[in-house]
Amino acid sequence: MPSAASKFNTDATRMVADAEHRQMMQQSLTGYQKTRSTNAGRFQDWESARTRAAAIKDEAIRNLDRYLEQFEQKLIARGAKVFWANDAAEARGYILDLARAKQAKTIVKSKTMVSEEIHLNPALEKAGFQVVESDLGEFIVQLRKEPPYHIVFPAMHLTRGQISDLFHQKLGSEPTSDPEELTMTARRTLRQEYLVADIGITGANFAVAETGMISITENEGNARLTSALPKTHVVLLGIEKVVPRLADLALLLPMLATAGTGQQITCYNSLIGGPRSAEEVDGPEEMHVVLLDNSRTRLLADAEQRDALRCIRCGACLNVCPIFRNVGGHTYGTTYQGPIGSVITPHLRSLQSWQHLSQASSLCGACTETCPVKIDLHHHLLQNRRNAVTEKGSILQKLGFKAFAFVVNRPRWFAMGVRAMKCFMPLQHLLNATPADPVWPWTKSRELPAFARKSFRELWKQRTP
Amino acid sequence: MNTRDSILGRIREALRAGSVGHAAESGAELGAGSVGIRRFLPKVPDDFPGQLALFAELSANLKTEFLPCADEAAASAQLQVLAAREQWESVACPANSEMQNLLTALTIPKLEVSRSTAMTDLGKTSAGITGCDALVAQTGSVLLTAASGGGRALSVLPPHHVVIASASQLVPDLPAAFELLHRKYGPNFPSFMTFITGPSRTGDIERILVLGAHGPRKLSVIMVGQTAVS
Repeated sequence: MPSAASKFNTDATRMVADAEHRQMMQQSLTGYQKTRSTNAGRFQDWESARTRAAAIKDEAIRNLDRYLEQFEQKLIARGAKVFWANDAAEARGYILDLARAKQAKTIVKSKTMVSEEIHLNPALEKAGFQVVESDLGEFIVQLRKEPPYHIVFPAMHLTRGQISDLFHQKLGSEPTSDPEELTMTARRTLRQEYLVADIGITGANFAVAETGMISITENEGNARLTSALPKTHVVLLGIEKVVPRLADLALLLPMLATAGTGQQITCYNSLIGGPRSAEEVDGPEEMHVVLLDNSRTRLLADAEQRDALRCIRCGACLNVCPIFRNVGGHTYGTTYQGPIGSVITPHLRSLQSWQHLSQASSLCGACTETCPVKIDLHHHLLQNRRNAVTEKGSILQKLGFKAFAFVVNRPRWFAMGVRAMKCFMPLQHLLNATPADPVWPWTKSRELPAFARKSFRELWKQRTP
Repeated sequence: MNTRDSILGRIREALRAGSVGHAAESGAELGAGSVGIRRFLPKVPDDFPGQLALFAELSANLKTEFLPCADEAAASAQLQVLAAREQWESVACPANSEMQNLLTALTIPKLEVSRSTAMTDLGKTSAGITGCDALVAQTGSVLLTAASGGGRALSVLPPHHVVIASASQLVPDLPAAFELLHRKYGPNFPSFMTFITGPSRTGDIERILVLGAHGPRKLSVIMVGQTAVS
């Protein structure tokens, strides 16, 4: 099996040449950028709002143990069950055992990236349960047996024609080019599933410590149905989702919507604290909340990059990233794509196998500038590069840098080096951009800049009396 | 050691190390919590007519049908108009007497939701009629809970959701809405509370807006105690 890095290189090379894909990204994201800036502009002070949102999340992270305990205690008092999972296997195990205990047949899910992270669907399907994704985009990529393309817009890489063909093939619907008709086909299909499902699984956008509630942000209503109709509601969330107070959501909900989809606020922002109470007419009989670590504490222990736990998964950094827009979401090969994915995947999986994502960046800083919780994304990419070399640079790399440091610290050696390079250039010209070229990895896709006739040092000498 | 203690242990261990650089920057400033966030959020007029006009404007943008009515009689008549226009065959509503009074004039079958209501039956009704806890001018949202909204499903399963609100329920902004929740319910909150902002929608196909993804295709807000919006 090729390494993640070589697969990334192959896929990225293919995608950047795909003009149709680029056109589509351009088209999808232009509208987003317009409405996003309109709605950010409606805030009286968007910049201060970002600072405050970052501070709220930081307060939660600095007291994470205390707030998680409070969240748990309040939820238990409201009749929910809370399970703490060290890793993906423990989280999957708990949910599988629960599904078996409930003798479930069908499980309906609303969008949760954490379930992608722990590969929940394959595990449930292998155990014989029918799993149905209910978010329209997730439903589409599930039918295609594909991972989500983008953490917020899972099917943004597909045209209506492709979706129509897919529905025709899998659901037997008539071909159409009308997005509304396609949406209604999915609506009819999924409506049945909510009604028969034994278990509903959702994620959470926030976990409110003060009141013991989860908060779900959505537009379609599928999360509402998933958490209202089945007898058992399972919530799967990372431990970093906690916020101190209910009132913090007055800021975080509109910021998540603005940064995520360019809306002022999304259609449904629901707070759920426990199963139905004695006096309520409906709702699940049981609510199970799975709190997942899965290396988040490792990120917490990184004093430089801890702020990445502020992430509210809005996807804004993907939308503005020139790399994401050119290579596309699937090329990353990760659960979380784009700049935030490049930053956290080395922590969630392994630095050596995933550091190439930090190399694939122009370090333009658009991600950092757009992040609603001010994560220092592009500097973290640099730190990952440094950490990867410090931890395990190749001998050649280490020797190379040692030799480089030796030469640049000695002006005479440096001047000699430059002259030697100049002498070598005609030879390079002969071999330019062929596999025999000593700098082939560079020249196969770029031009090698020509040496200036005179070096800076030579010019400087001439001008200084 | 159980998993809970091992996770909490790792968190405490990690936190002892502290943070440096950018990760530490926003640390000191906070103590204020959510106090004062109002001044960052979108501006809302101070007076009731201004807030009402904002709610009406946002409703129009969001495709929420906003219907101010002078009194209960007018609201009841409005419901009849909706029933005729939308060709409702049946409606569902919470089992409370206030709602019954409003709906007496409707001659179509009424399903009062209770523990024994089958969700398949609820899904077949033409409209779900609920109360609410507040209307939020800042965002054009309806705040409802399992208590005011007749449970969780009534406001999301039928294809048309009709909200009956009173003019006094209009609050200026999101912070006020959360204050109201604390005041009205805290600490015994309903198990479900939601901000509904327009009819259900999706943009998952080519980012093109489609209404009525999984929830109601139509949302109407009848506000009692208000004749017109200036």
